[in-house]
Amino acid sequence: MVKAPLKTKAAVKQTAKAAIKKVAASLPAKAPRKLSIIASKGSLDMAYPPLILANAARMSGIETHVFFTFWGLDMINKKKMNKLNVSVVGNPSMHPWFHIPTLLGAIPGMSAAATWMMRREIAKLDFPPVGEFIELLLDAGAHLYGCKMSMDMMKLTTADLVDGAEVLGAMEFMDLSEGGQIIFV
Amino acid sequence: MSSVLEKVKFDPEGFLVDPMTWTREIGEAIAKREGMQLNARHWVVINFAREYFTQNGESPTPRNITKNTDVTTKELYELFPGGPAKLAAKLAGLHKPTGCI
Repeated sequence: MVKAPLKTKAAVKQTAKAAIKKVAASLPAKAPRKLSIIASKGSLDMAYPPLILANAARMSGIETHVFFTFWGLDMINKKKMNKLNVSVVGNPSMHPWFHIPTLLGAIPGMSAAATWMMRREIAKLDFPPVGEFIELLLDAGAHLYGCKMSMDMMKLTTADLVDGAEVLGAMEFMDLSEGGQIIFV
Repeated sequence: MSSVLEKVKFDPEGFLVDPMTWTREIGEAIAKREGMQLNARHWVVINFAREYFTQNGESPTPRNITKNTDVTTKELYELFPGGPAKLAAKLAGLHKPTGCI
């Protein structure tokens, strides 16, 4: 059997480029991106990841939905949004400041001190406090929802939520997330 | 079609390669290519972005813009539908902003 002559590097590149073009042409027209985030934690340190991701998505023009469930509801609860705390007990990652062993974390004032420090570091980076961040997201066109079941459990009504947030059931959230990407925090 | 855009280089995403080659005419032409009609409010943002770049060497993020001009977040998103961070930088001839907020 006669071996085919070896292809030059340039020829291989050309073939690859043509293949990519062919695949790209066969794909359906790019649908606009959509992102759904489930925010389930209510501590100060875990409040920022979903907020930052939601904002980054809006900055890039991506349709954004955030579903606040369980303790995550505190972030859109008018009375609680600016009073979130850092928990030091059972939190193994207290750096960059310092590590607090779980036993010491139980000492009164430890959580308050860590919270105070984290608020200061967040402000240094020019990230707004949670309440202001929520306003920013609403102004940026992100859709914010309170989880209906969690609200019933905590005896909350729409009036307890920040203006602009809606109440939604888990199944409705599934419907509106269809075709998009979902992140759970 | 001969256009001011032919005299400068763009990266694959449509951002100007060298921000220093930017002029107002190029800004207008990029806007046209993006299907936008610029008004005075767009120019408030674009002029600020250029000024911010001169001072900091990078593109401003939406928060930089809303904190330092009278443009609110709401208005910014109305002016630049489809992502104010990238679009404002693109029109101002700057690179994509890297800041997270």
